[in-house]
Amino acid sequence: MMNYNFNLLLLVVVSFFASACVTINIYFPAAAAEKVVDKIIDEVWQIDDDKTDSKDQSGKALKNDDVQDD
Amino acid sequence: MYKRVVQYVAIVLLGCFLYTSLASAADFRASSPAIEQLKKSIKQQHRQLIPFYDSGAVGLTRDGSIILRDANSIPLSQRQTINTLIAAQNQDRNALYREIALANDHPEWEDDIRSTFAQRWIKWAKPGWWYQQADGSWQKK
Repeated sequence: MMNYNFNLLLLVVVSFFASACVTINIYFPAAAAEKVVDKIIDEVWQIDDDKTDSKDQSGKALKNDDVQDD
Repeated sequence: MYKRVVQYVAIVLLGCFLYTSLASAADFRASSPAIEQLKKSIKQQHRQLIPFYDSGAVGLTRDGSIILRDANSIPLSQRQTINTLIAAQNQDRNALYREIALANDHPEWEDDIRSTFAQRWIKWAKPGWWYQQADGSWQKK
């Protein structure tokens, strides 16, 4: 009985990794990527900040960004 | 014997199902020292590029780059500066797409990443900025 259960467990594990190998190499995680990309664009374009002072390129403005990014 | 085969198949399916449900929460990584550096650089250049996006001199291309689409609107004295700026921005963007693909251990994702960026840059572009449509024509947002 013990041995039989072990075999079953082994099968689950093997099929888990087998499908891992197949899946991982095929699909580009479009939805997850989109989220990450949006976050990067938000960071580099400072969408919130532009309204206040896009002309101010001083160090003060930079410091503000870093706080707001979180 | 037949019953046992059915059981085995069921177990294999369970394993596949377990994996898919975990993988659907698939993570997409975009952090490495190189990526942070590129983001910083892109951000700095962007500050200088904003007036040119606003005036329509510079537009967002469909392949995730930027381009000088109206050179005449820029005084001769500034053209060299803006060309350098655009070249630097495109170089950093290309490097960013490549580095993100590498951070995920999937260099072959670079094109997917590029097209995701291309769509999202345009989506987040401000009203008044110009972007290139899928057919290559230019459109003001």
